[in-house]
Amino acid sequence: MYPAAFDYHAPGTIKEALDLLGKHKDDAKLLAGGHSLIPMMKLRLAQPKHLIDLRKVPGLSGIKQDGNMLAIGAMTTHWEVESSSVVKSKLAVLSEVAALIGDPAVRNRGTVGGSIAHADPAADYPAAMIALGAEMVCEGAKGRRTVKVDDWFKGLMATAVGEDEILVEVRVPVLPASTGAAYMKFPHPASRFAVVGVAAAVTLDGKGACSKASIGVTGAGTKAVRAKGVEAGCTGKKLDAAAIEAAAQKAADGVDVQADLQGSVEYKSHLCRVFAKRALTEAVKRAGG
Amino acid sequence: MKLPVKMTINGQSYSHEVEPRLLLVHYIRETVGLTGTHVGCDTSQCGACTILMNGQAVKACNFFAVQADGANIMTIEGLAKDGELHPIQQGFWEKHGLQCGFCTPGMIMSAYQMLERYPKPSEELIRHQLEGNLCRCTGYHNIVKAIEWAAEHMPAKK
Repeated sequence: MYPAAFDYHAPGTIKEALDLLGKHKDDAKLLAGGHSLIPMMKLRLAQPKHLIDLRKVPGLSGIKQDGNMLAIGAMTTHWEVESSSVVKSKLAVLSEVAALIGDPAVRNRGTVGGSIAHADPAADYPAAMIALGAEMVCEGAKGRRTVKVDDWFKGLMATAVGEDEILVEVRVPVLPASTGAAYMKFPHPASRFAVVGVAAAVTLDGKGACSKASIGVTGAGTKAVRAKGVEAGCTGKKLDAAAIEAAAQKAADGVDVQADLQGSVEYKSHLCRVFAKRALTEAVKRAGG
Repeated sequence: MKLPVKMTINGQSYSHEVEPRLLLVHYIRETVGLTGTHVGCDTSQCGACTILMNGQAVKACNFFAVQADGANIMTIEGLAKDGELHPIQQGFWEKHGLQCGFCTPGMIMSAYQMLERYPKPSEELIRHQLEGNLCRCTGYHNIVKAIEWAAEHMPAKK
């Protein structure tokens, strides 16, 4: 399979990339790791006339700590996140999420920014970014702006990034004190995409009750969403097995669960509840509860 | 519009003019003529097309040749030296790590990266690291044994 013909550009600066994007608009697609875009191009689901490869644009990859945030360049690969000593020591759950994406060869090429900007409904990072409260930095001709994760995912493969903007950085807060986080998924056996995946971050107060819960669900619907019912079910409670079970029952509420080749609405809703329970159980354990 | 690409494959340098949509795997197989790298699923799931690019395993069916401009590539043909099999190839021979052999080049290139990153892998780690390589014959057991054999027989790192 090979894609429709296109012109290939490999700009050397962010400005050049933005100029190309501004010039070709809808006819252009940005290429990061290409592990979502190229398969779509091969199936001719995407037929951009211009492909703008970001691989030569400096400053788009790497991970650094910036106060209580990890600033992750958009072109940072999943393997770099998985193997980063900074991520492992400051936000280990993110390294665990990266290690569950696709397979080693996919993780060598696939990028954080590519995943977040492509917004595949079954991708792993979106659930984690929701649970961890990430923010995305977009750059356009007029400069940079920051978008909070709750305003980012707009629909099926649609995000808040402007058509003339490039996602350049993802900023993820490190976990506050007495907080545990975990991501659990049911992977498709061939693609390793999440049939359903749930990320949970739980903060406990001095008495061991949950003061804050943040839950992201991916795979079930057209986009990753925040499971507000589960969050409400956790807050203020001591999260023993029974409380977790009760809260997890709300995991599919408010999710536009879609039937697909992987399963029926009923089945995928069930997986939401099962994996919410598993993610919560592990997050509470890690929070010291 | 064709674009010039230049890359090193198994120590030899190659320059060609290619269409941007030419996939790296087709460049390697059809333009350069190294057919050991296979096309299996053509959807980046099966791993038969795995090669090493700048030391990292890459599924060459999911990558354009123009993206590899300037890269250093190793394919299955680059492993044996002076008629002697590489320890990973020898492991697949010793432990009968293949049946039809179609997935084998990709399995071996993935194993190469695996042993670079994890010189003494557990069975569990081997299985996790092979998630991107599908085999429809063996049930994987002998592939895992072949990689374990290779791990024991790899020359010590300098």
